[in-house]
Amino acid sequence: MSRLGAQTLAFDVPVAITAQTSIVGPKEGKGPLRAWFDVILEDDLLGQKSWELAESEMVCRAVERTLDAAGLAPERTQAMLSGDLNGQIIASSFAARALGIPFLGLYGACSTFVQALILGAALVSGGYLDNAVCVSSSHYCTAERQFRFPVEMGNQRPPQASWTTTACGCALLARSGGAGEPRIASGTIGRVIDLEIKDANHMGAAMAPAVCACIAAHFEDTGRSAADYDLIATGDLGWIGRNILMELFHRADVQMPDEKLVDCGASIFFQEQDSHAGGSGCGCVASVSCGWLIKRIRSGELKRVLVAGSGAMLSPVSCQQGQSIPGISYAVCIEGGAV
Amino acid sequence: MTQKNPIKPDEYRRLVARMTPHSRHLRGCLRAFWVGGAICTLGQALGALGERLELSEATAPMFTSVVLIFLGTLLTGLGVYDRIGKYAGAGSIVPITGFANSVCAPAMEFRREGIVLGIGAKLFTIAGPVLVYGITASIAVGVVYWAIRGWLM
Amino acid sequence: MSQLLIYVKAFAVGGLICTIGQILMQTTKLTSARILVLFVVSGVVLTGLGIYKPLVDFAGAGATVPLCGFGYSLAMGAIEAVNRYGLLGALAGGVTRNAAGISAAILFGLLNALIFKPHAKP
Repeated sequence: MSRLGAQTLAFDVPVAITAQTSIVGPKEGKGPLRAWFDVILEDDLLGQKSWELAESEMVCRAVERTLDAAGLAPERTQAMLSGDLNGQIIASSFAARALGIPFLGLYGACSTFVQALILGAALVSGGYLDNAVCVSSSHYCTAERQFRFPVEMGNQRPPQASWTTTACGCALLARSGGAGEPRIASGTIGRVIDLEIKDANHMGAAMAPAVCACIAAHFEDTGRSAADYDLIATGDLGWIGRNILMELFHRADVQMPDEKLVDCGASIFFQEQDSHAGGSGCGCVASVSCGWLIKRIRSGELKRVLVAGSGAMLSPVSCQQGQSIPGISYAVCIEGGAV
Repeated sequence: MTQKNPIKPDEYRRLVARMTPHSRHLRGCLRAFWVGGAICTLGQALGALGERLELSEATAPMFTSVVLIFLGTLLTGLGVYDRIGKYAGAGSIVPITGFANSVCAPAMEFRREGIVLGIGAKLFTIAGPVLVYGITASIAVGVVYWAIRGWLM
Repeated sequence: MSQLLIYVKAFAVGGLICTIGQILMQTTKLTSARILVLFVVSGVVLTGLGIYKPLVDFAGAGATVPLCGFGYSLAMGAIEAVNRYGLLGALAGGVTRNAAGISAAILFGLLNALIFKPHAKP
């Protein structure tokens, strides 16, 4: 294992993604990516008493399905790296209580899944773990009551508001994978960047500078450019945030062909689905990565993808106290095909 | 990170403002106008009904607001009011039915946190500030009126 | 005809008050909670200045049903009670006049919360 430049970890011992699962809610299951998701829930309460427990159950099901697919028993799973948007990440920790897997709780807002992939890959590549399950989730109803309004409140959303996805993505990392399996090659840890955006509805604008800086740092550290990747997927900037990011790339002299940049939040919903700026939440980049991206790498359609998750590090308290929204981004390079 | 042209917050704010689409103002206002007007017309009709029921001058307005509040909370409970609100915006927030919605929606939402600290406390999430500042302002108006009353006569 | 005119006035004035709210929401990013507080307090202040009462006389429910009408009722209650009871009336009047509405909101809010469960709209 070695370090590249200022912010990037390069995993010399390849870390394979041996199995993955994506679970999404009913609204996401009507979006453009519906064919790629493993499970589309019919009911977002999953037979539970509360939405928080429903989100936890979704995490449990995603992990169990992933381990099943890999033929790995929960007792032999060495670590679960997981996070969500709930206060004190209860969806993750309650799922970890049920699963009994050694647990590392993470928080990176909507970027949590990529944060988990980088840390999991480092622990596996470094020989500290043989395997690690990386998962993150979000639920529209748990996020809405915490960050915005009760769901029955008769409010309008501005066009820049995003729609928290009900979704969960889970990936199992292991040191030895099959020959053609997707593997995590490197990861870049971003800095928290804040350009004083205070509109909590405009998370795409709050996060775009952090994503720009993280991708630019990744390119600088690895000596690569957008041309070296088949696809660059950003996490949850939405349609508007993606356009702002393109403009930031332009100003920072980072070459980024328009067709190579996709945004998970802008891809998960049709614009007619009344999701305004697009999807957000920890589950968005997780489910889109596990459903759409990793599957296409596994099939050989994509050879090398950079997934740059982005997080808006706000809390209801910081918002009410009038603080601006710090953005964070983590980028992970996933490769397929022969080593 | 050694970005070549680091963008300043002021400049970034202008960039974001330029790239963010606006709400459709005219459409939003028209919707607010007709839905808000319709709710008020319903209030007027309820007032007329109150007269038919031979309610007194004091109880007729009470009748109107109680019925509207009942309808506002019921439509919230049935899951209809948030759809109206999405369409009409202020057209269904500003009338008294919107106040009823703002009482009922958090109470429903936080029921799972218990009867006392869930429903009981959250019921006033938005109604609380409305009452605090509305009542305080009315006391101020009353006190000022008391002070200058003799002078007004 | 005069009956119809009453309804037209209620519709037009009520609609206009809501439109002011909509313009505020679209241009200032005020949340609904702040809008409601703003309208109630404006209703109280305008009534205190003697401006809102003529509007109520003109438009009826068009002026009383929007939340500034609640403010009007609070202020009128305080003023009327000051006339009857003196200074203490300023404390008692507003709530007394609106007790039915406030109690109804609490009761119906509570009942609905006990009966219905919230649902996400896909």
